[in-house]
Amino acid sequence: MDMQVAKKKLGLKEKYQVMTRDLNWTPTYQKMEDIYPYVHYEGIKIHDWDRWEDPFRLTMDAYWKYQAEKEKKLYAIIDAYAQNNGHLNVTDARYINTVKLFLTGVSPLEYMAHRGFAHVGRAFPGPGPRVACLMQSLDEMRHFQTQVHAISNYNKYYNGFHDFRQWHDRVWYLSVPKSFFDDAITAGPFEFMVAIGFSFEYVLTNLLFVPFVSGAAYNGDMGTMAYGFSAQSDEARHMTLGLEVIKFILEQDPDNLPIVQRWIDKWTWRGYRVLTLVAMMMDYMLPKRTMSWKEAWEIYFEENGGALFRDLSRYGIRMPKCAETIRFEKDHLSHQAWCTFYNYTAATAFHTWIPTEDEMQWLSAKYPDSFDKYYRPRWEFWREQAAKGNRFYNTTLPMLCQTCQIPMLFTEPGDPTKICYRETDYKGMKYHFCSDHCKEIFEHEPEKYVQAWLPVHQIYQGNCFPEGTDPSAEGFDPLKAVLQWYNVVHGRDNLDFDGSEDQRNFAAWRAQATRNV
Amino acid sequence: MSTVFIAFQTNEETRPIIEAIVEDNPHARVNEAPAMVKIDADGRLIVKRSSIEERLGREFDLQELHVNLISLSGNIEEDEDQFVLVWKN
Repeated sequence: MDMQVAKKKLGLKEKYQVMTRDLNWTPTYQKMEDIYPYVHYEGIKIHDWDRWEDPFRLTMDAYWKYQAEKEKKLYAIIDAYAQNNGHLNVTDARYINTVKLFLTGVSPLEYMAHRGFAHVGRAFPGPGPRVACLMQSLDEMRHFQTQVHAISNYNKYYNGFHDFRQWHDRVWYLSVPKSFFDDAITAGPFEFMVAIGFSFEYVLTNLLFVPFVSGAAYNGDMGTMAYGFSAQSDEARHMTLGLEVIKFILEQDPDNLPIVQRWIDKWTWRGYRVLTLVAMMMDYMLPKRTMSWKEAWEIYFEENGGALFRDLSRYGIRMPKCAETIRFEKDHLSHQAWCTFYNYTAATAFHTWIPTEDEMQWLSAKYPDSFDKYYRPRWEFWREQAAKGNRFYNTTLPMLCQTCQIPMLFTEPGDPTKICYRETDYKGMKYHFCSDHCKEIFEHEPEKYVQAWLPVHQIYQGNCFPEGTDPSAEGFDPLKAVLQWYNVVHGRDNLDFDGSEDQRNFAAWRAQATRNV
Repeated sequence: MSTVFIAFQTNEETRPIIEAIVEDNPHARVNEAPAMVKIDADGRLIVKRSSIEERLGREFDLQELHVNLISLSGNIEEDEDQFVLVWKN
C-alpha cells in the first residue's frame, strides 16, 4: 500500500511565482505593441519586466481572504455605531464638518483611483505590476464604497451630505482635489504610478489618513475611525507598490532618471497643495486635536520622506524641489486656508467658525513663530466685528491658480504678509499661478493646463447657474444662482456653525440622549 | 540613521504582535496615539513569526499582519518566518 505523503506546502516565493508570473503568457498572433499601446510614449525604457519584485507577494486567494476579514470587522463596527446613535458621542457637532469635507473631497478620489489602477494595470506588459494594480484597483473601490456606507449614516441627521457626488464636480473648492486626480489619470501609465502610487501613496498619504483618522477616533467618531483604518490597512501595500515601481523604473535604464525626477517634483507639489484641506482640518476643525499639521509634516514628510529620499539617492534621485518652499509654508498653511474658508463660507457646503480662546492658545503653542504675530490678530478682529453684527463675508470671487486651482491665498516664500502671484503668457493669453512650482508645471505642459475647468472663470462665463437663469434680470443674485446650481441650500448647508441647524439639532438630540425628556 | 516604522490599530489582535516586536527589537520606541500604536526604530525593525506564535498559542501567518496594519516605512524583506523593515542609509 502506498503511503499517503503530505504534499509539501509551497513557500511564499514559490506560491507567488506560480499564482502570478506563471499565469502570464506571450502572445503569438498579436503584436505586443498592439496589446500594450501606452508603454512607450512617455519615454520610459523597460528592458525586463521579470525583474519586477513585489515585496508583499500577496496572491489573489490570500487577498480575498484577508480583505473579507477586514470587511467583516469594518461593517460590524459601522453597524454598531449606527445602531447605538454613535454620532451623538462625537466631541461637538463642529467635528462633523470634517466628515463633510472628507466625503466630498476625498471619497470621490478613491473611486477615481479605482479607475486609474484598473487602467494602468491593463497597460503594463509585466504580470507582477499587473496583479498589484488589480488588487489596488479593487481596494480603492472598497474604500469608496465603505466611506459612502459609513458616512451615509450622518446624512440621516445632518446637512451638507446630500449631494456629495455632484458637488465634487461643481463646487469651487472641490475642483482642487478633482483636478488633481483628473490630471493624474489623463497622464501615461508610468506617470500615473509615480503620481499616485509613489508621490501620493508613499510620500503623502500618511498625512491624510494617519493623524486625521487617529483624530477621528479621538473625537469619538468610530465610523470614520473604522473606514479610515480599514482603508489604511490596504495603504501599506499601496505604499510598497509605489516604492517598488520607482526602484524598478530606475533600475531598468539610466535614461529614466530625469523623467522620474520631474514627475516626483511635480506630483509631490500637486499632492501637497491638495493636502491644504487636511492641514486646516487638523489645526482648526477637529475639536480635540492629536497633533498639529506642522508636527505631522515634520514626522511624516521631513523625517520619513527624508529617509526615503536618502534611500533613493543611490539611483540619483534627490528630494523634491518644493521641499524648501513647503518647509517655509508649514507655519502658515492651515491658518491661511481656514481664514479663506471663513471669508467664503457663504459658498461652501460646510460650516466655519472662529477658533475659541482655548483653541487659539493651542495654536499659539503649536505655532510660536507665526500664530500670534500674523493670524491671532485677524481672528480677534473678525470676532470683534461679528459681535458688532458685521460678520465679514467676502463676496468677490478670488483669482485661481491655473494649475492647482486654489484661490491665491498663499504668501511669498519668506514674507507671510504678501500674497504670492506668478504669471506667464501662452499663445496670447495670460495665466496666473500661486507659486513658482505651479507655474513650472504649467510651462512644461501648457496644452494640458490651458484646458482647466476653473470654477471662478466658469461662474463669470455664466456656466454655473440653473438652466433658464437670466443674469441680466434686475436684482439678479449671482451667489444665490450658483448655490442653486450646486444644490446647496443657503442658510442651512453654508454659513457659520453658530446658529446652524446642525448645531441646534445636535444639542437637542444629545440632551435627549442624556436626560428623560 | 534613518527611522523605519510600523503602525497598527490598537486592539486585542495586535497586542501580542506589538509585545513580540518590542521584545525582538530592544532599540524600538513605542508611540501610542488615539486608536493606534506606532513603533519607530533606527535603521531596522524585525517582526518574527515565532515570537507572535508563542504569545498567541496558535500558528500565525505573517500576512495576517495586513488586517490591522495602518502604515509602515522602509524597504520590506519578507519570507515565511520574518518580516523586516530596513533603511540602508
